Amino acid sequence: MERSLMKGNEALAEAALRAGCKCFFGYPITPQTEISAYLAKKMAKAGGLFLQAESEVAAINMVLGASGTGTRVMTSSSSPGISLKSEGISYIAGSDLPCVIINVQRGGPGLGGIQPSQADYWQATKGLGHGDFHVIVYAPASVQEMVDMVINAFDKADEYRMPAMILADGLLGQMMEPVTFPEIKQKNSEKTWAADGHKNKRKHNIINSLYLQPDVLENSVVERYKRYDTIQENETDAENYLCEDADIVLCAFGATARVAKSAVNQAREKGIKAGLFRPKTLWPFPVNEINEAVKNAKTVLTVEMSMGQMIDDVKLAINCSKPVEFFGRTGGIIPTPTEILAEIEKLGGAK
Amino acid sequence: MKKVTIITGHYGSGKTNISVNLALELAKTGERVTVVDLDIVNYYFRTADFKKLFAENGIELISSMYANTNLDIPAISFDIERLCRDEGYLIIDVGGDDAGATALGRYKEPFEELKANNQIDMFYVINCCRYLTSTSEEALELMYEIEETARFKHTGIVNNSNLGTETTVQTAVDAVEFGKEVSKNAGIPVIFNSYPAESEKPEVEGVNFKPVINFVKPIWEQ
Repeated sequence: MERSLMKGNEALAEAALRAGCKCFFGYPITPQTEISAYLAKKMAKAGGLFLQAESEVAAINMVLGASGTGTRVMTSSSSPGISLKSEGISYIAGSDLPCVIINVQRGGPGLGGIQPSQADYWQATKGLGHGDFHVIVYAPASVQEMVDMVINAFDKADEYRMPAMILADGLLGQMMEPVTFPEIKQKNSEKTWAADGHKNKRKHNIINSLYLQPDVLENSVVERYKRYDTIQENETDAENYLCEDADIVLCAFGATARVAKSAVNQAREKGIKAGLFRPKTLWPFPVNEINEAVKNAKTVLTVEMSMGQMIDDVKLAINCSKPVEFFGRTGGIIPTPTEILAEIEKLGGAK
Repeated sequence: MKKVTIITGHYGSGKTNISVNLALELAKTGERVTVVDLDIVNYYFRTADFKKLFAENGIELISSMYANTNLDIPAISFDIERLCRDEGYLIIDVGGDDAGATALGRYKEPFEELKANNQIDMFYVINCCRYLTSTSEEALELMYEIEETARFKHTGIVNNSNLGTETTVQTAVDAVEFGKEVSKNAGIPVIFNSYPAESEKPEVEGVNFKPVINFVKPIWEQ
């Protein structure tokens, strides 16, 4: 299989095309605009529709409509744009519709900045819109994982009839790495629920998130939560690096995990037993996996490009069985391996 | 090298890295070198990242006052015409694709004047490992698009075919034919073929290889 050099944002877009995405609705925003630019060039040639909507709000509602017809559909944005989309995402979740949403995070809050950030962790995993719902959240840490996770996200969104999000960041979106595109086995999952024309051969399908009777609404939410239970059981994913004998286990996702891995390697060279736990799914959070990773550790250190948004999930997942410390940079600043190493040493390095 | 060298190419072809390498090479011979970061389209990974390296090597860096800030605007806060007349060598690192080359368009007159005096080159950096410019046809199509917006024609090709951190000597050797084909169809010479500086120089008859150090690295490899 051939390797080629791609920018993260381009890889996300190309992977979507290969996964059979036939509609893209978006609105440009730095640092993810290359996704739109790429699909504007290539989507029509692939027999699909690319449309730059008049706003993020319009784009996400177009996603809802396209998804309702059973079409594979994607939208992408960066932090402030995702906030604008949140109402529509809630409607999509409430309508049990699959779609893929990409967030190439930048610094916030507000208009913030255009440099990388992970400060939308809370938003992605806990508050992507109003009402009781979740989306599956994938956290790639390389351009190759951007490819693999987008392909998987389309499959899982269809399987569970819900939105799936790729939570990337500006660094991953902008960086170049070699990638290989895997052979894709198109899963022929028939969408019996789609509103795509009944031709008088079946009862018509209704796509809806409005329920006037509270008991019916409650039932629909409870049914959805049963699906969430299955997802929590089956869909967690994580990477475990040198954790087995580690005294200190770093916990980081996305680009930050790449920096943290460097710091772990530098710590090891100094004789400090450090390891790295990297969640690849943020919702569902890999609870069993992290417990396995920290079982021999004395300390856990979460490292994030935020003021510390994942730290509570880490504490909950391990039931506060170990001290969980935090190191982070925010506002578009990327932590350096040296800074993280200093933090490891400050925490005793536990030689 | 001529007095002024303009570096263009596809996003990810390695323009910035080639600019940095050429600047360092000239500076080591004691020449006065100025590098202009004329990238108006990319706000990550740019020559302005090499402020410290340039300062250590006596290279002057001219970049937008907004480079590496959160101000997402294509500003040029310096005078290229004046810089072209200054003493020493000038290397202009241009943004990717035809969009990036737009910034060159307004300097057509001073560039033509330099050309009349044989004082300017514009090199097109190519990379056959790069998605969407991996064939001679694709590379040529983009080259002409760049010339259209730059309002200036390339005078040479830099074959910088690379796979990022996975680049080997073999990558460079395998790419030689690609470079020759682009050169033949474009009617301009291959100035040099790059290979990773940490490797042994490859030997292919009639091919000019130049060692290139990889400076553009993610934070975790620095």
